[in-house]
Amino acid sequence: MDSFVEQLKRGTQEEFTEESAWDGSAVNTTSSSLPAVYLPLLPRYLRHPTTRGRKATEFQETKKACLNYIQDALLHHQWQRAAEFMTNYLETLENTSAEKRIAAPEVIWRIGTEILCHHSKSSIEEFNYFAERMKNLGVKRYLKVCLEHVFHLLCNGLIDDAYQNLSLAEGWRYGEQTAAQDKELKLLQAYKGLLDYYNWAKKRKAMLELDGNFADSVEQEMHSFFRQAAVNLKEIIKIPGVWDPFVKCYVDLLEFYEDYDEVRQVLSEYAYNSKFPPNPNAHVYYYQFLKRHGESKKTLMSVLKILHEIVPSHELMLEYNAMLQKSKKRKNHRLGLEIIFTLLDFAGWKEHVKAWSCLAKQIKQILENSSKHLDWVTEKWNSRKDWWPAFHFSHYLAKRNWQENESLACEKALVAGILLGKDCKYFKYVSHQGCKAKKEKFRTMKKFVKKHSSTHLRASGVLDSCTHL
Amino acid sequence: MEEEDTRDYSEPCVQCSVVNWGLTDEGRFYCKSCHNVIERTKEVLTSDVVPNTKIQSISRGFRKRKKIDKGWEWYVCEGFQYILKKQAEALQTLGVCPQMKDEILCNFWRRYLQKSKQAYCTTPASYTSKTLSIYDVSTDVDSEPERISIHGLSSFSESDGDLQTESSFGHVSSIGKASARETTSICSGSVDGGSYLLKRKQGNLRMSMPMTLSFCYIALLWLREPVTLSDLLRFVIDGHIPYLNAFQYFPEEMKLYGVDLKIFRVESWPVYEDVHNKMSELAAFLDLPCFPAITDSCFLHPNILCIKYLMEANLPDELHNWTCRVVKKINVGETDFLTLDPVNKSARKVKYDVLAAATIIVVLKLLFLLDDQYEWLNANFAGKRNQKNKEGCLWFDFKKWYKIIKKSVDMEQKKLDEERARCLWKCEKPLFYSAKEKSVVLKKRQMVVNLQRQFGALSGSMQVAEKQSPSSFQLNWTEENTDGNCFHGHILEGVLQEKGNSLTTMNTKYWLCTVKLCNEKICGQLTHYKESDFPQSYQFVLNLFSFLLRVPASLIHEEVCLIEHKLFKTKLPRK
Repeated sequence: MDSFVEQLKRGTQEEFTEESAWDGSAVNTTSSSLPAVYLPLLPRYLRHPTTRGRKATEFQETKKACLNYIQDALLHHQWQRAAEFMTNYLETLENTSAEKRIAAPEVIWRIGTEILCHHSKSSIEEFNYFAERMKNLGVKRYLKVCLEHVFHLLCNGLIDDAYQNLSLAEGWRYGEQTAAQDKELKLLQAYKGLLDYYNWAKKRKAMLELDGNFADSVEQEMHSFFRQAAVNLKEIIKIPGVWDPFVKCYVDLLEFYEDYDEVRQVLSEYAYNSKFPPNPNAHVYYYQFLKRHGESKKTLMSVLKILHEIVPSHELMLEYNAMLQKSKKRKNHRLGLEIIFTLLDFAGWKEHVKAWSCLAKQIKQILENSSKHLDWVTEKWNSRKDWWPAFHFSHYLAKRNWQENESLACEKALVAGILLGKDCKYFKYVSHQGCKAKKEKFRTMKKFVKKHSSTHLRASGVLDSCTHL
Repeated sequence: MEEEDTRDYSEPCVQCSVVNWGLTDEGRFYCKSCHNVIERTKEVLTSDVVPNTKIQSISRGFRKRKKIDKGWEWYVCEGFQYILKKQAEALQTLGVCPQMKDEILCNFWRRYLQKSKQAYCTTPASYTSKTLSIYDVSTDVDSEPERISIHGLSSFSESDGDLQTESSFGHVSSIGKASARETTSICSGSVDGGSYLLKRKQGNLRMSMPMTLSFCYIALLWLREPVTLSDLLRFVIDGHIPYLNAFQYFPEEMKLYGVDLKIFRVESWPVYEDVHNKMSELAAFLDLPCFPAITDSCFLHPNILCIKYLMEANLPDELHNWTCRVVKKINVGETDFLTLDPVNKSARKVKYDVLAAATIIVVLKLLFLLDDQYEWLNANFAGKRNQKNKEGCLWFDFKKWYKIIKKSVDMEQKKLDEERARCLWKCEKPLFYSAKEKSVVLKKRQMVVNLQRQFGALSGSMQVAEKQSPSSFQLNWTEENTDGNCFHGHILEGVLQEKGNSLTTMNTKYWLCTVKLCNEKICGQLTHYKESDFPQSYQFVLNLFSFLLRVPASLIHEEVCLIEHKLFKTKLPRK
């Protein structure tokens, strides 16, 4: 054998030198930099092609098929059938392939919960039984399963059971596993805090309804709930993440006890700490808090400015716009116009009367102010002129808007008339309908548009194509 | 007790060089042949010794429980003997002649043990190398190998497990010493589990789970029982014959773990070709004489099997005439061809069921061409004719037949697929590799059982449907049904014509599945079946029989090619 390998090596070397000699020196440099390929020696039994690869055992294959049947049944909401196949699938927990055996509990847990949530014969007791089994099945998933179990209990309104389960899980100790599931534990505690908050809120309500007589004891109970909740909630909020429900509750607690500095700190941290994922709600909460406590317009606007950058279609943008309009700075007016235009780029705002009336009002104002800032409008319009007509001002929309909401149609028609000229379909249809209904405001609108549509043409000059729409 | 303690010590005696140690009352070793007492004393066994390494003396009914957990000392072949016994019993309840268990299978098994030098011989194979020298000089009457001949192998029907194995392993008692060292390294419940897997290297025909079925089949074949291999495998898969988790029938004291799992655990169903090949190897290995002749009155004769498959495939009875003609033409109906003769190594080992199915397919090709054109044209013709003439015999309408068969096979296939997916592979008695795993495995088993109970209660399917009594027929078509779905009585008018005084086919063309067969030694198989290369009708027919026999379509295709080659031998270009 060895001698054969030697021979083979020598053979390749010879071939190599031959080739390089034949190819010339230029190739020689490149080929010498490439290592030669040594083909492996084929054992005798591999000399002919084999069609059989390594096959999975039939056990694996039947379990796979079984899983497919279950998934199919789940998709078709055949819970009965799924449960039947599930009975046969459970064996996969005893899979001989370690990889599959490890993955099995998770699959069983997911499918099992799905079936138990929907099966007509299922009950909360069945579910509890199943959850307990699953908790026992693997320590690595213990807390996760606990948490999901709690969610299920909460969904069924069993708040006390859920709380009890949370307390139990919180005390779970299992060597290194406890440390490995630290995050899950924090989350678990946070939910416990949430339930404490819930109890606290109930007490608060009770206290407000009571006369002064029993208020003291209730207040004490409330305070203990407060402390339990606050500790856990505060912990989770420290970890970067999206914790909206926890933050809201925590803020509510603190505000009740008038710890405003803490609230401010928590909220600004939550909104501005770059380690946290971008979260529009964080800014909203901060804004709402500041507004509640009468902060200056300037501070409020700066919060909303960031929100605008993250979510230009946020509902608070109308408020922001209003604030900007009230400001005395021209820069802010211009920003306001931009905000309202951007807002209407989003389908969700298409039929928002207030947004349209804001836009109409602002454009009208600009035109009335001797058109000094007409270029603002032109600038915004230029980037939208090729798609807004179809998006907002089609004949179909005119008809529909008129039928469904006259005032919306009216505002939109005014904007359309100014931006696209008096010949545009939307304006024509709405003003025609309006005149038929003999409404005074349409006449004034028409007059206004007629007066200014010439200005518009002069201002943009490129809109002819759009007017034909 | 004595042997138990001394058998680990295999040094020859200094005085007489015999290895035959006993213990004195003080626990010291002495040579039984020359009574020389040596320095060595009995060792106290630690509690965590490796699973027992040496069998003592089964022949004396010596079965000592070292620890409750450890169970008996047993050999792998004993395990297989249990399984074979159970399988033979199951076959008997299925109606196989009672001789099968005690006379045929039992004899084959003894012969196997002897040929593979596991019993009935002076020097069992696995120990030969190390124990031979010892044996030659052994003088002790107690270790007599002849004992076996006195006792003989008690037949399987003496169902007491202990009795059965007792005599067959008499020899083992005295040869154990050397193997002790080998097996200690590999953990297993059986004594020779570890060395068993290594045996392959010695070219020995090793027992395995599929091999048990080869044994059953060879016994059935010897008796010419009306059971084909495909039937046998179907019964196995349907659970009528113990195979999956067969170890659960072992007595409590036979513990399985470690390497034993590799030998006895079943995670796949037996494969037709595998069992068949092993069967012919086995026949040769056992050095059996020529099997009882398979004549044209035997169930396994293609003419008879063809009737069965024609019925099952709902094809006209008239086709039988044609299958017989093909069988005669290519000489596959000859007794010489059909009878298994292990001595004649060159003879092909016939797969009776596949041969019959392939013959039917060749006949269908002769009559209907199955080129996706001729058979449909013909069917249209027959269909029109049947509509006009309602009286008399109906002409066989290939299209109608296709529709009915397709529908019912698809349905059955779907049922079968679902059933397979529902198959439960694990039994009450869980297997674990080592004692360390035991608690985990048992816990998991308990968990699975609990959850199965829960979901079973949900689906209300706790009471498992009654096991269907086995039948050789999977599809049933009867004339009595008025829905006209049975084609048995239909005639082949329209595809046949009278020429001279015999009938010939109207169709004058034929196509071959392959012109040239591959070399089995180079390619590993004779033909390469790629579905898309063949007409749809041919594929359909092939798949129909593949479903009925539960073998891959390629296997039947190969047989079709072989038949065609014999049929058209003279017309094929000689290479």
